[in-house]
Amino acid sequence: MKMNKILVLGSGALKIGEAGEFDYSGSQALKAIREEGISTVLINPNIATVQTSEGVADTVYFLPVTPFFVEQVIKKERPEGILLAFGGQTALNCGVELFRNGVFEKYGVKVLGTPVQAIIETEDRDLFVRKLNQIHIKTIQSVAVNSLEEAKNAAAHLGYPVILRAAYALGGLGSGFCDNQDELVALAEKSFAFATQVLVEKSLKGWKEIEYEVVRDKYDNCITVCNMENFDPLGIHTGESIVVAPTQTLNNKECQHLREMAIKIIRHIGIVGECNIQYAFDVASEDYRVIEVNARLSRSSALASKATGYPLAFVAAKLALGYGLHELKNSVTRTTPAFFEPALDYVVCKIPRWDLGKFHGIAKEIGSSMKSVGEVMAIGRTFEETIQKGLRMIGQGMHGFVENRELVIEDIDKALREPTDMRIFVISKAMQAGYTVEQIYRLTSIDRWFLQKLMDIVETGAKLEKLFPPAHPDGKDWGENERDLLYLAKRQGFSDFQIARALWKKKMNQESPLLVRRLRKSLGIVPVVKQIDTLAAEYPAKTNYLYLTYGGREHDVAYEKDGRSIVVLGSGAYRIGSSVEFDWCGVQALLTIRKEGWRSVMINYNPETVSTDYDMCDRLYFDELTNERVMDIVELETPEGVILSTGGQIPNNLAVALDKQHVPILGTPARYIDNAEDRHKFSAMLDRIGVDQPRWKELSSLRDIEAFVNEVGFPVLVRPSYVLSGAAMNVCSNFEEMERFLKLAANVSKQHPVVVSQFIEHAKEVEMDAVARDGEVIAYAISEHVEFAGVHSGDATIQFPPQKLYVETVRRIKRISRQIARELHISGPFNIQYLAKGNEIKVIECNLRASRSFPFVSKVLKINFIEMATRIMLDLPVERPEKNEFDLDYVGIKASQFSFNRLQKADPVLGVDMASTGEVGCIAEDTLEAILISMLAVGYRIPHRHILLSTGTPRQKVDMLNAASLLHEKGYELYATGGTYRFLKENGIPSHRVYWPSETEKHPQALEMLHRKEIDLVVNIPRNLTSGELDNGYKIRRAAIDLNIPLLTNARLADAFITAFCSLSVEDIQIRSWQEY
Amino acid sequence: MSKAHIVLEDGSVFEGRSFGCKKSVSGEVVFNTAMMGYPESLTDPSYAGQILVMTYPLVGNYGVPERAAGEDGLSLYMESEKIHVNALVVFDHSPVYSHWNARESLEQWLISENIPGIYDVDTRALTKLLREKGSLKGKLVMEGDSPGDIPFEDPNLVNQVDRVSCKDIITYRGDPGTKKVVLIDCGVKHNIIRCLLQRGVTVIRVPWDQDLTALEYDGIFISNGPGDPNMCGATIRNLRKAMEQDKPVCGICMGNQLLGLAAGGNVYKMKYGHRGHNQPVRDEDTGECHITSQNHGYALDPSSLGKDWLPLYTNLNDGTNEGIRHRSKPFFSSQFHPEAASGPTDTVPIFDKFTDIL
Repeated sequence: MKMNKILVLGSGALKIGEAGEFDYSGSQALKAIREEGISTVLINPNIATVQTSEGVADTVYFLPVTPFFVEQVIKKERPEGILLAFGGQTALNCGVELFRNGVFEKYGVKVLGTPVQAIIETEDRDLFVRKLNQIHIKTIQSVAVNSLEEAKNAAAHLGYPVILRAAYALGGLGSGFCDNQDELVALAEKSFAFATQVLVEKSLKGWKEIEYEVVRDKYDNCITVCNMENFDPLGIHTGESIVVAPTQTLNNKECQHLREMAIKIIRHIGIVGECNIQYAFDVASEDYRVIEVNARLSRSSALASKATGYPLAFVAAKLALGYGLHELKNSVTRTTPAFFEPALDYVVCKIPRWDLGKFHGIAKEIGSSMKSVGEVMAIGRTFEETIQKGLRMIGQGMHGFVENRELVIEDIDKALREPTDMRIFVISKAMQAGYTVEQIYRLTSIDRWFLQKLMDIVETGAKLEKLFPPAHPDGKDWGENERDLLYLAKRQGFSDFQIARALWKKKMNQESPLLVRRLRKSLGIVPVVKQIDTLAAEYPAKTNYLYLTYGGREHDVAYEKDGRSIVVLGSGAYRIGSSVEFDWCGVQALLTIRKEGWRSVMINYNPETVSTDYDMCDRLYFDELTNERVMDIVELETPEGVILSTGGQIPNNLAVALDKQHVPILGTPARYIDNAEDRHKFSAMLDRIGVDQPRWKELSSLRDIEAFVNEVGFPVLVRPSYVLSGAAMNVCSNFEEMERFLKLAANVSKQHPVVVSQFIEHAKEVEMDAVARDGEVIAYAISEHVEFAGVHSGDATIQFPPQKLYVETVRRIKRISRQIARELHISGPFNIQYLAKGNEIKVIECNLRASRSFPFVSKVLKINFIEMATRIMLDLPVERPEKNEFDLDYVGIKASQFSFNRLQKADPVLGVDMASTGEVGCIAEDTLEAILISMLAVGYRIPHRHILLSTGTPRQKVDMLNAASLLHEKGYELYATGGTYRFLKENGIPSHRVYWPSETEKHPQALEMLHRKEIDLVVNIPRNLTSGELDNGYKIRRAAIDLNIPLLTNARLADAFITAFCSLSVEDIQIRSWQEY
Repeated sequence: MSKAHIVLEDGSVFEGRSFGCKKSVSGEVVFNTAMMGYPESLTDPSYAGQILVMTYPLVGNYGVPERAAGEDGLSLYMESEKIHVNALVVFDHSPVYSHWNARESLEQWLISENIPGIYDVDTRALTKLLREKGSLKGKLVMEGDSPGDIPFEDPNLVNQVDRVSCKDIITYRGDPGTKKVVLIDCGVKHNIIRCLLQRGVTVIRVPWDQDLTALEYDGIFISNGPGDPNMCGATIRNLRKAMEQDKPVCGICMGNQLLGLAAGGNVYKMKYGHRGHNQPVRDEDTGECHITSQNHGYALDPSSLGKDWLPLYTNLNDGTNEGIRHRSKPFFSSQFHPEAASGPTDTVPIFDKFTDIL
C-alpha cells in the first residue's frame, strides 16, 4: 500500500537516559520518509530540537507524547502509518499502550517496521526469556516479581548479589545491585514506584559487556553494523560506561559466535528495522548471556551510526517503508549497497559526561542505573590517542589521562573497587602511585589490554617529564630520541598542553602549549586528516566525515585553499546548561552558510547530535573543540571565517586565544566578547553607560565578605572560584549559613577569591534574546520567567511573549539592550538577563552568543534568529522583521525537565545553579493552556484527589493561597503540615493535618502517606534558598521523587500549574499544530 | 625499533618501523579490511607470496593462541601449520596482549616463524594507493639493506598452489561406512576440512595435481589456494574428466575459479581483489543476501561460461561473480569462504548443501 501520511513520535524533553540521540534518529527517519514524497506528522514537545524545525516534518505538534494526545492527533490527522522506534522508550511505551487500547485498529493506522508484538516480546521479561529459550539462547536467570515478598524470596533462591530491574523502564531507571536483603528492600520499593513488575536477576558483575547493532529487512536479510565493547565490565550501565568500537579484546571465534546469535535473535523476534543486543560475556569460559534486546533506535545505535558512518536510523526508516537492504545505497560511497557491514580503520571511544557536582547530597557511585547527562565520541588510530582525546572532550577540566591537576583520593583500593564518576582518573592516580596492571585488574575487572594501554600513556608521561625542554624554540638542539618521544606522545594522544606541563612543570605558563606547537611543527610532527568511509578505504567515499590523528602521514582531503569555507564550532557534550538547543543553533548556521553558497564546515564531537551528521555540512570534523585542534583545522581549511556564537560557552571561551592567533572570527570581535565575559570589565562598562546591576565584589577573606554583606544586606549570592565539593553557587540568607557554606564547600583565599553579589528577592527575571548588526539591534524577543529570580534561567519556566510585564519595563529593557549592543559592537546573536522589580531594572549578565532560548523564541515568533545572525556574520543583507512579538495572538511556554529520579539522594529543589536536563516548549491560545500542556509534557500528571502542601515562608503561603482555595473548590482533599495547616485554617480552607518526619510520635506521617501512595501531588516549598540535606523538607521531596509522585517546589510555578488544571481540563486543550498558529 | 620501508613498483615508499623477524622480502602487496582474525589470516595459504596490509590499525590485541595440532593433524586454532604471508604491514601492534587463550604475542610469533613485519605505516594511505593502482609488487626493506638488492617478485608467475598443497594423500576418517569426499588441496584452510568432518564424511585430501580416476569417492571438493588459477592446468584437466560423471562437485574460492575453468570459462586478475569480512553477495536463485568472508585476487567471468552454467552468487558491491552452478548436474561453487575462519559464518550451510547430496 502506498502511504500518503505517516506519523512519527518523538521522545519529548531531554532527560537522563533519553537525550539528544533521538533528535538525530527522528530527523533521519523524517528525511527518509519525506524523500519518498510521503507527508510527515511529528509529535514532539521538545521545541529546541532540529526535528521540530521548519522543513524537517510537514506538520509538527508541540504536544506531550502520551496516549491521550497521540490519539487526538491521529483522530485529527488520520495518518495511514506510524513509526514508534525513533522516539526512544517514551515513544515505544506510548505506542504499545495505544496498540493495547486498540487505537491503531480503530483509526486504521499501520505500525511500520517492527510489529508491536515483537516490541512487547522484547520488553516483557517473561515473554522475552521464553522467546529466546525457544531458540536455545541463554538469558540472565531472572524472576519477575510483583511484590516485595516475592522479590525477597526470588533473591534468596538465586543467591546474593542480585540485580533489580524495573520492567519497561528506560536507562535502567529504578534498577540496581543488592548485596543483601536490606539493600533489596530499600531498592525494591523504589523499583515498584516505576513499574508493576520488577525483575530479580543473578548478578554477573565482572563479566564483559558486548553490544551488537543488528539490522533486518522484510526479506530476512540481516547485517550487524557494529560491535562494541564496554571498557567497564558488567555492573556499570552501558550508558555509564566507556565504550569502545569495534571490540578490542575478543578473538574471531568469540565475535562470530555473538554475531551469529545476534542474527538468530533478530530473525526469531521478527524485527524489521534495527535493534540493539547486549551480551554479558565471560572471557574465561566463553559463556554468555543476553542481557537485553532493544527493539528500537537507541543511544547505542546513534553511537554506532556515528562510529561507523552507517546511518542506522535512516536505513531503519526505509526498511519500515518496505525496502530491502540491497535496494538501498550506502550513503557514504553512494555506489555500493546498504547491505554490508562497515569495516573501521580507526578506533572509537565513547565517554559519558556526568554533572553530579551540580547537586547537593548526591551519591557519586556509578552502577546499573544511568546518571550521566551526555557523552562524547573520540576517534583515533590508537586506543591511547582515542581515549586521551575523549577525556579532554568531556570538558571537566582534564587534559587527558595524565598531566591533570592532582586528585586527592583517600583510599585508592576502595575507589577502584567502587567506581564513581571519577573512575578513569582514579586508575591514572593508581598507576602513578605504583599500582600494577594486575592489581588494578583485580580491583576493577577491566581488561588488562585496556589497562596496559593506559599504563603506556603513564610511562610516556614519565619519560616526557624527564626530558629537558629544548633550548632552541625549533628544537634544533634535540636529537632523534627526543623527537621520537615527542612523536610517540602525540601518537598516544598527548595534547600540546600536556606535553608543556610535562616539560616545564610548575614553570609552565599560558604560552607554553604554543611553544610545544611551534617545536613539533618545526620537527615535522603534525596531525593528518582522515576520512570515515565505512569500508576502510576499499571504495572511495563521497562524503567528508573527518577526524584528525597522528596515526598517519597523508591527508585524505585535498584542500582548495580558496577561502570559501566557513567553520562553525559546535557545542560539545550535552551537559546541564548546554544541550540540544545549541545543536539546533549550529545546524541553522550550517544550513544558512550552505544556502548562501559557502562551504560549511563543522567541528563537534557529540554523537547525540544532528550537527555531527555528515549530511548537514560540506565537511564535518568529528574532533576536539580545543584551541590546539581548532588551530590545526583552521590552518588546513584557511577559512573565510569562524563562527563561535552558535555553539554555547565552549566556543566562546576560545575567542580570545583564537583571535591572538589571527583566526578570522565572524561576528562580534573577540575583545568585546572578552569585555562581556570578564566580570570586572563588563561591570565597569555598565557603570560607564549608567546601567544598573546588582552590587557585587570579588573578595578573598571572610572579614571582607562580612563587611560587604553588612553594606548590601542578606541574602547574597556567593560564587567561589574554586569548589571543594557540592554545587558551585549558593544563596546565603544569614552569616551562619554563609560561613558554613564557605567552610564546607569553598576554599577562600587570595588565589581563590569568591564573588559575592547582592541578591534581590521577589524580582522578576526577564530575558532579552536578540540579533544585532554592528551594534544595532535588528530583531529581539523579550520573555519573562514565571518563577521569581533565584531560579536559574535554565530551570525557570519561561513565557513568551511576556504576559505580565509593565510597558515601561519593556521599554527600558529595549533601551538598555540597545545601549549594551552598541557599546559592545555586537554583530550576531546575544542574550541579556535582567532583574525587574517595580520600575527598577538591573542587568544580571550578558552573553555575546546564542542562548538556550533561541530555538524557543525563534519557533514561537516564527523568525529564525540564527539564520538572521548567520547572514549578518556573512555580511549579507537582512531585513528588520515587520512582525512584533507583542502582536502574537498566542503564547509559548518553555518548561524544564528534571531528572532527579535518576540522581539518587540529590535534593530536588530549584536554585541558582541549573539542575534541569531538558525542556519543552508548547504553544496555546492563552497562558493557562500553554502551562497545562507544557507541564504535562515534562511528566506532571493532573492529580486525582489528594494533595500534600507545605508552603514555606509566610510570604510564599500567601502566594499559594489562591491556588489552595482553587484546589479546595475543585474538590481536592488537602493534606498540610503544621504551619501550612494553620494558615489554611485561618483562611477558611479545610485541610487534614499531617506530620513531618521529625515529629516522630504523631500520625498521620506525611512520609507514610507518600509510601502508601495516598498522595497524587506534593507541593513542598523550601523555606529559604539554601538546601539542607537532612531536614524534613528534603525527606518529603526526595520521597516524592523516589516514589514517582509529581513534586512542585516553587510557589509561583505551583500556583500557575494548579490554576491551569483547576480552570481547564485536558479535554479542553486544542489540538493545533505549529503550522496552524 | 629500527626503521623499515615498503617500496612499491610504482616508486612509492612508505616509512615505518620493523617488528618481527628483521629481514627484507618482496611479494605482491594486498590489503585486508577485516577487524579481527589475524591468526587465521596469517596462516591462510591463499596469502602465499603476498605482503599483507591490515587496514584495521590495532593488530595483536588478543595475542596468538597455541600453535599445536589435534590428533587428526589439523591445527587447533589456525588455518594451517604456518604463516603464509611473506610479510605483515600494520599501523600498530600490541607487544602486550590479553586473552586467556593466548600463548605469545604477534611479534614473538612472527619472529619464531621468520616472518618480517612493519608497523607505524600509514596503512590507510597505502590502501588507497592499492585501491587506485591495483595490487602492486612491493618489498619490505629493513634499515641497512639496499632496496636495489631485493628484486620485485610477482608471486602470480610462480605456481603457488604447488608450493602449498600437500605432497601425499592424507585421509581423515569419518564414521565407518560414511561417504567419501576427495578434497583437492590447492592450499586448503583447515576449517574447510573441519566443516566437512563435522558433517560426518571421510575426507581424502589429495595433492592439487592428483589424478582422480583411480580414487574411490562420492564427491569432490576443491579448496581455496594462492596465486593464479590458470597455473593449475593439471587440476583443471582432472576436474573435466571427473565431471563426466554426475558425482557432486563443490569448490571454494580458487575452487570456484577452477570449476569455472574446467567448465570452459575464463578467469581474470582483479584490480585489487576482495579481502575482508564484509563482502555482500546475493544468491541468484533465492534472492537472499549474505555477508561473506573473502580472500581472492582473481575472478571468474561468468559470461565466458557455456549455456549449461549459471551464476549462483554475485557480489553486491561490484557485480563480480561469487559462485556458479551447473543447470542440471550437482556442480556448484562459491568464490567466498563459507567456512569463514576468520569472518562471518552466514554461508556455512553450503557444506550441508554439499554433503546432503552425496
